Amino acid sequence: MSLDAFLFQALNGLGAASGLFLVAAGLSLIFGVTRIVNMAHGSFYMLGAYLAWTFATGLGGAFGWWGGILLAAAGVAALGVLVELTLLRRIYKAPELFQLLATFALLLVINDATLWLWGPEDLLAPRAPGLDGAVDILGRKFPSYDLFLIAVGPLVLSAAHLTLTRTRFGRLVRAATQDREMVGALGVNQSLLFTAVFAAGAFLAGLGGALQIAREPAALSMDLGVLADAFVVVVVGGMGSIPGAWLAAVLIAEVKALCIGLGVVHVGDVAINASRFTLVAEFLVMAVVLIVRPYGLLGRAPAIVRAVAEAETPLRPASPWLRAAGAVVLVALALLPLLASSPYTLVLGVDVLIAVLFAASLQFIMGPGGLHSFGHAAYFGLGAYAAALAVAKLGAPMGVALVLAPVASGLGAVLFGWFCVRLSGVYLAMLTLAFAQIVWSVVYQWEELTGGSNGVFGIWPAPPFDSRAGFYWLVLALVTAGVLFLRMVMHAPFGYALRACRDSPLRAEAVGIDVRRVQWAAFAIAGTVCGVAGGLFAFAKGSISPETISIGRSIDGLVMVLLGGIGSPTGPLLGASLYTLLQDSVARWTDYWRALLGAIVLVLVLVFPGGLSGIAARVRDLVRGPLRGLLPRRGAP
Amino acid sequence: MSMLEVKTLEAWYGAAQVLFGLDLTVGPGEVLALMGRNGAGKSTTLKAVMGLVERRGSVRFLGREVSRLAPFRIARLGLGFVPEDRRIFSDLTVMENLDIGRQPPRSFPDGRPAPAWTPEKLFALFPNLAGMRDRRGGATSGGEQQMLTLARTLMGNPLMVLLDEPSEGVAPVIVEEMARTIVALKREGISVVLSEQNIHFAALVADRAVVLEKGEVRWRGSMATLLADAEAQRAFLAV
Repeated sequence: MSLDAFLFQALNGLGAASGLFLVAAGLSLIFGVTRIVNMAHGSFYMLGAYLAWTFATGLGGAFGWWGGILLAAAGVAALGVLVELTLLRRIYKAPELFQLLATFALLLVINDATLWLWGPEDLLAPRAPGLDGAVDILGRKFPSYDLFLIAVGPLVLSAAHLTLTRTRFGRLVRAATQDREMVGALGVNQSLLFTAVFAAGAFLAGLGGALQIAREPAALSMDLGVLADAFVVVVVGGMGSIPGAWLAAVLIAEVKALCIGLGVVHVGDVAINASRFTLVAEFLVMAVVLIVRPYGLLGRAPAIVRAVAEAETPLRPASPWLRAAGAVVLVALALLPLLASSPYTLVLGVDVLIAVLFAASLQFIMGPGGLHSFGHAAYFGLGAYAAALAVAKLGAPMGVALVLAPVASGLGAVLFGWFCVRLSGVYLAMLTLAFAQIVWSVVYQWEELTGGSNGVFGIWPAPPFDSRAGFYWLVLALVTAGVLFLRMVMHAPFGYALRACRDSPLRAEAVGIDVRRVQWAAFAIAGTVCGVAGGLFAFAKGSISPETISIGRSIDGLVMVLLGGIGSPTGPLLGASLYTLLQDSVARWTDYWRALLGAIVLVLVLVFPGGLSGIAARVRDLVRGPLRGLLPRRGAP
Repeated sequence: MSMLEVKTLEAWYGAAQVLFGLDLTVGPGEVLALMGRNGAGKSTTLKAVMGLVERRGSVRFLGREVSRLAPFRIARLGLGFVPEDRRIFSDLTVMENLDIGRQPPRSFPDGRPAPAWTPEKLFALFPNLAGMRDRRGGATSGGEQQMLTLARTLMGNPLMVLLDEPSEGVAPVIVEEMARTIVALKREGISVVLSEQNIHFAALVADRAVVLEKGEVRWRGSMATLLADAEAQRAFLAV
């Protein structure tokens, strides 16, 4: 590639960086003050684009193209205020994971609301008046609108910097980012501050989305797409640092642009098409930055969180009652093929059982392990693809494929886990997400091996498991074994050590436990067991595609675990069953099943912050009277 | 009328109850020392009055029930809080820290204007801070942070200050300065409740003392009586 072409690509990258920076800056600002990682931030970006389209094309163009952009951003900010007042206010004191779940549910609701309002088609907006041409740069045509976008990034960065340093509002934001309780004790109305910050963050996201309509159509996939990118930018830049977000947005956009610009590279005799590695490149940048600077380029180690942590409920061995109930359920499940009237019952039964194992392995790493994984789909995907490829490419028998599945996912977990156990909290969650995206993008982009977006076909169970009942029993046996194995590990000395590491890493180290090694091993165990679920999934469906191992599956797993209650090993069994059945039935009633699902999740999170298995405890609390723990604490913002 | 009147105050950290039915009153311009060993509940009492921990019971400030108010509303009534671990905003400069605490001037219940603090007046009170207006809070020494925390709270022009462990972990010269400041505040008519383990420090500034043990009041009386009561000191304060 010539120097000119390289510079031209670099310029392209700068143009793309601005939109990403706006979203990431808003996300970072909101996280800094409220400590909430707002999953619905992707929705704000998407809504910005849709609203801008409406203002640009409809309503008689009353506000002009540019007026429409600002109005769209203001509209999103107004929605942000509504969301803060009605939802976030109730969950500021809830555990981090519930906040993530609640805001993700909101994302689902907003996505379906957008579908309902604007329809499923991508909406192409007119170009920006006055900036619809191109200028000659380095002998090529460069869109003048992109030049404008390049300027927007630094402009917003300076405006944000001035606001944060020169105004009282900015000083309050910075103070609250450090110690919001103290800010309240000094007489500052935190509620107002939080609402204002949330509105500002939503405005930035809406502006970012609105400005994109001159480059790309408004689409329903924008929310999750930009969210993953924005997470990467925020984590690479450092949580809460706006200059860091700009730096990271530029870095990542440049790396991507460079990959595209390189095109096909010849290393010896092998031709590598670098433009297909943009997704991998982005997440590799993140992984490298996090290893070198765990808190991001301009981030700092998080201050001690001052919220009083709820003590984890101790894990107890199953009571005789629970054992008996388990045995009854197991017998009932084993008899299901003999009782089921419709063949679909068994298909659904297999889905539920696979979900149970997937969720149980995730609960193992999140509950006793205390490591909040947002990328459990990685191990599911590794297992599924290992099994599928073993059959399709190597002609391996089913038994071998089902052994290779956990081996592959276990090795993946060993590799990823080594990095992950070096981080904690939100950073750990984001790194696991990044690894899952790496697996996804390798699968997606390595067409020769994995079939790309089409996936791998023709993976059917071999005799004697080729009947519905036979395969169902196989799945039941393996899932039961997997769940009991995880339970056993939790109650073994290793399980005690794992929980010690979660509750106090320092004290665990002091009594001679190698915290990282224990957590690393836990990663490997969870990944291995999850691979079994993935392998079974491939055989259950007969095929596997990148879509089934995307970010959505990781989130499904989280919802299942949180529905069931993160602290209880029985929880994921309940949560996964309920979630799978709910998804199945809701999806049949309505096209808007995600919205309904989101609404149900929101209600559950708001009313039962302890998950399904926490309901019993909540009811006890209610009967006892003082409502302590159920209602937001007094003095909550 | 008393400035602060606390009745049957209970407080929790999570599931653990720390205070078990505490009663306190503080009069205008009075300095009350909350004394007791580590873990007796001194700091928790101050936090519970301020609404920073989960609490039950009655807290009346200036005759008004505040036990259901958010901390910022209590602060806006003129109750200042100085935390023991200082909690200055380390990324903000000294001046910016003071600005965060700023509130409008106010008057005592009897109509006298309460002292209205400005950064300049506070720099006169704490000359050490005057030379470091633009220094980052995190780049100041422990003693300077202790003064900054108190100064920051005074920017809210409080009628009463809750002062948590002002003498802990700072150099003797700072301890003297803190004592001088408390006496100065008292002279201005400001009431002070301080939590304190050090009886010598309390003796310098306090009018009355309340001694806590395991979240309950075990002794109360004038500071002079406590100083003379070797038995009470041995029972509740000696380590």
